[in-house]
Amino acid sequence: MPARDDETSLKRTPLHDLHVSLGGKMVPFAGYDMPVQYPAGVLKEHLHTRASAGLFDVSHMGQIALRPKSGKVEDAARALERLVPQDIVAIAPGRQRYAQFTNADGGILDDLMVANFGDHLFLVVNAACKGADEAHLRTHLSGDCVIDSLESRALIALQGPKAEAVLAKLCAEAPAMKFMDAGPHEVAGLPCFVSRSGYTGEDGFEISVPAADAERLARRLLDNPDVMPIGLGARDSLRLEVGLCLYGHDIDTTTTPVEAALEWSVQKSRRTAGARAGGFPGAAKILAHFDNGASRRRVGLRAEGRAPVREGALLFADATGGAPIGKVTSGGFGPSLNAPVAMGYVPTRLSALGTKLFAEVRGQFLPLTVAAMPFVKNTYKR
Amino acid sequence: MTTTLYTSDHEWLAIDGDVATVGITDYAQQQLGDVVFVELPKVGRALKKAEAAAVVESVKAASDVYAPVTGEVLATNPELAAEPALVNTDAQGKAWFFKIKIADKSELGGLMDEAAYKAHTA
Repeated sequence: MPARDDETSLKRTPLHDLHVSLGGKMVPFAGYDMPVQYPAGVLKEHLHTRASAGLFDVSHMGQIALRPKSGKVEDAARALERLVPQDIVAIAPGRQRYAQFTNADGGILDDLMVANFGDHLFLVVNAACKGADEAHLRTHLSGDCVIDSLESRALIALQGPKAEAVLAKLCAEAPAMKFMDAGPHEVAGLPCFVSRSGYTGEDGFEISVPAADAERLARRLLDNPDVMPIGLGARDSLRLEVGLCLYGHDIDTTTTPVEAALEWSVQKSRRTAGARAGGFPGAAKILAHFDNGASRRRVGLRAEGRAPVREGALLFADATGGAPIGKVTSGGFGPSLNAPVAMGYVPTRLSALGTKLFAEVRGQFLPLTVAAMPFVKNTYKR
Repeated sequence: MTTTLYTSDHEWLAIDGDVATVGITDYAQQQLGDVVFVELPKVGRALKKAEAAAVVESVKAASDVYAPVTGEVLATNPELAAEPALVNTDAQGKAWFFKIKIADKSELGGLMDEAAYKAHTA
């Protein structure tokens, strides 16, 4: 447990009072005092999100506007391509894409969302990385862009099969949006940025709202009987069930996008022989991984028993131990599957679906199978 | 005549003669949240007082359950193995973990009665 004096230095999101009034169990997370769960508990919150709609406070994440000094959004896109292996130029106005900041070794500094708002780019980055990300952007892009930290905005995620119907009552444009559409829209008369995205595998929206209006908007959403507040505990089990990476766990400065099985996020235009191949930090190593393969790979893991296999568990090729072949980077119990799920890194030769492995849990070697991700099918509205 | 005592690690033990039935307290299950898995000791295992005897896993974390006294495991709860969520619904009843034969009754002296445990968790 953290010391008391640590807790007093924790930052609070604009929804902090709301969490406390809803009975949220507050814990330190990425420097913020955040609700890990509400009285309903992680299991019910998780299942409610999959069946109805869950409201998440993700205001601790960083929101950054990248404004081109030339006034042309393509110039901001070209500038950002110097820092990420994604095709940013091709993001159409009103669209959003998943990206990673890479380092000179091809490792991942952070993962982020990039939206084209027509005249500028809108970025959402991880809470624990946001200071470093902003500094990184200023160091490398200040010549081309004004980097504007949108600290006076909160971020609310509304996720689940009923999210569209709930948001439609406050935002007429919401139902017409498709997965990864993003742009400025009024929600309950407030000047918001809305994207049809999230990190639960469910259809849903992320709503950036002025901090001063955040609690009012959250309460309007929670007034709908289909909406339940959801804490970090269920956020983690939801994203794990759909095989999404958590920065600092499944991806970090030592993992390349290819090792992390994120090839899908790197468009052909930035790969070898593409129109704008390379040009991002670590390109030589990352493109070599694309061209020749990497020696290890992130895989999904399913256990035979009911015992959760958690982060840090060592992986073995057989039940007799010996040298570990890899490590679990995220693992726990998947409430929708009523079974344990995990992901971790293994040698590429042991990464084929169906490969039998073992995880050491409390001195026992538990059998695991390399399994397809997502473990639970996503329900994005494409 | 059964007496119930408590440990500072939030186990309860119901003592009947030289046999204690052991579980975790209602306070502990509230702190843990939704329990999804329990690992019980093997029948016949010799446990030392304060040794990790069982594991209770919530959605988020694994926690050890310690032997409150030294002794031999006489039985474990098959219902609990099949339905770990019993810990959340009836921690101090149906969700007992194991029965242990108390080797040394003097070890009970260091445990708390209900009033002392209530004060401990207040």
